[in-house]
Amino acid sequence: MGAETECQVKKTIITVVGKDTVGIIARVCTYLAENGINILDISQTIVQEYFNMMMIVDTSGTKKQFGDMADELAALGEEIGVVIKCQKEEIFDKMHRI
Amino acid sequence: MINLFEVAETNKMIEEENLDVRTITLGISLLDCICDDVRRLNEKIYGKIYEAAKDLVKTGDEIAREFGIPIVNKRISVTPAALIGAAACRTEEDFVSVAVTLDRVAKDVGVNFIGGYSALVSKGMSAADELLIRSIPLALSGTERVCSSVNLGSTRTGINMDAVKLMGGIIKETAERTREQDSLGCAKLVVFCNAPDDNPFMAGAFHGVTESDRVINVGVSGPGVVKTALEQVRGENFEVLCETIKKTAFKVTRVGQLVAKEASRLLGVPFGIVDLSLAPTPAVGDSVADILCEIGLERAGAPGTTAALALLNDQVKKGGVMASSYVGGLSGAFIPVSEDQGMIDAVKAGALTLEKLEAMTSVCSVGLDMIAVPGDTTASTLSGIIADEMAIGMVNQKTTAVRLIPVAGKGVGETVEFGGLLGYAPIMPVNRFSCDAFIDRGGRIPAPIHSFKN
Repeated sequence: MGAETECQVKKTIITVVGKDTVGIIARVCTYLAENGINILDISQTIVQEYFNMMMIVDTSGTKKQFGDMADELAALGEEIGVVIKCQKEEIFDKMHRI
Repeated sequence: MINLFEVAETNKMIEEENLDVRTITLGISLLDCICDDVRRLNEKIYGKIYEAAKDLVKTGDEIAREFGIPIVNKRISVTPAALIGAAACRTEEDFVSVAVTLDRVAKDVGVNFIGGYSALVSKGMSAADELLIRSIPLALSGTERVCSSVNLGSTRTGINMDAVKLMGGIIKETAERTREQDSLGCAKLVVFCNAPDDNPFMAGAFHGVTESDRVINVGVSGPGVVKTALEQVRGENFEVLCETIKKTAFKVTRVGQLVAKEASRLLGVPFGIVDLSLAPTPAVGDSVADILCEIGLERAGAPGTTAALALLNDQVKKGGVMASSYVGGLSGAFIPVSEDQGMIDAVKAGALTLEKLEAMTSVCSVGLDMIAVPGDTTASTLSGIIADEMAIGMVNQKTTAVRLIPVAGKGVGETVEFGGLLGYAPIMPVNRFSCDAFIDRGGRIPAPIHSFKN
C-alpha cells in the first residue's frame, strides 16, 4: 500500500528567484492551493536581498497539464517581479544522487 | 530529499553555463525500403521516416519543458544511402533524388539535419558506393539539411587510398558548388576512420546496419559547466583537477541519460546510447579551448595542449561511463575550430596551427573538424591531410574524422561565416609541399599489426 501511494506522487520542483518583496510565498501558495497542488517541502533563503525559494510539490492531485501549470506560474512570477520555474524532480535527483 | 543548493547548482549550470542536451537523434533503418525502382524507393523512404519521426520534435520540446533543460537539436540518422540505393540507383542523379527526399522529409518533420547520405568504403568501393560519393557535391549543393559521411578506413581493414584520393576531389567540388555560401556544403561532409554506427552528432551521424529498426541516441554537452567547475580548483594538483572533471562529467551525462530514457519512453523507441562528447558552440563560455586554458595554458595550442586534452578527454569518459548504462557514439572532447570561440581566438593569435590540431586529434575525438583552409588547396593536399588523419585513427584504434572547408575564392587571413551552431572561422594556412605522387599510387594501406604495441 505504502509503495503504491509512493508511485502515485508526482514530484515537481518549483524555484522562485528574484528581488525580495512582500507576499511572494503567499501568492505562489494561493495558486498551488487553488489548483489542488500539495506542498511537500519548502526551503528559502535571502542572499544579498535576493529571494531564493525552492518548493517540492506533489502534482498528482491537479487536473492541470504540466505545461499549463509552468506557463501560469511563470506569468505569476512576472507579475510579482520574480522568476518562477517548474521542473520535474528527476533532473535533480539523477544529477545529484548516484 | 533534494535540497536548495543542489537545485540552485543545476539551474545555474543551465542558465549561466550553457548546459544543454545537444541533440536527440532518432536512428531509423531504411533497409526495408530497398527496392529496384527509384521512384518507389523515394516514396518508401519518405513514408518510413515521416511515420517514425513525426512526433520527434514535439516530444523533444515537451521533455525540454518538463525538466527545464534546453534540447538544442532534434535530428535523424538513417542507414547509409549507398546501401539503400544500390539496387535502384543507376546514375548520380538517382542518388541525388534520394538526397532530395531526405531533405524534404527532414523539413516536413521539422528536424534541422538528417544524416546518412553515406558510404562505408573502408576496404573497397562497390559501384553504388562510388556513384553515391560522386553525387555528393550535387546532393549537398541541392539540399539544405542533408549531411554526408564516408568511412574511408578502419583498424581492421586499413585505409582505402583510392577512396581517399577520390574524396579530396569531392571536397573541392563541393566547396566550388556551394561557393556562394562560403563553401558551406563542406560543413555537411565528413570522412571517417573507424566510424561508429551509433553517433548522434552531425555531420557524421548514420544509422549502422548493426542497429535495430529504430533507436534513440542522445548527445550531451557542457564545456561551460566543466570550465566553471575548474575555476574553483585553480592551482590545485592533477588529482584534484581530474576528480573535478569526473564529477562534473557525471552530472552532465546523467541529464543526457534522463532525457534519452524519457524520449525513448514517449516515442516508444528503444534507447541506444548516450554520447559523452564535450561539444562546444560558438557561444561565449561554451568552449573546449577555454577549458584547456583553465587547466593552465595561455592559449589552446601552447605546449602542453595535447597532454591537457588527453587528460580532459579521459576524465570526461571516466565520469560519464558511471552515469549512463550505455555509452557510445564518439564520446570525447570535440575540437572544431569554427564552432568554438576559444579555438578561433587561438588561431587568430597564432597559437594554434593545423599541425598542432592534428597532434591533438590523436588523443581526443574526433578529428580535424570545421577547419577552413584556402580555396586553392589542391585535391591531393586535401587527400594527404585526410590520409594522415585516417592513419592516426587506424593505428590508435580510435575514431578520427576530417571536415575541412577549402573556401572557394578565399585565402589565408580572410574569415568565413557559416552562421548558427556552425560558427565562423579564420582561414588557416596549409603546408604547401606536394604529396601528389603518394596519393596517385592507388590501392590501399594494409591494416596495422595488432601486436608489438609501441
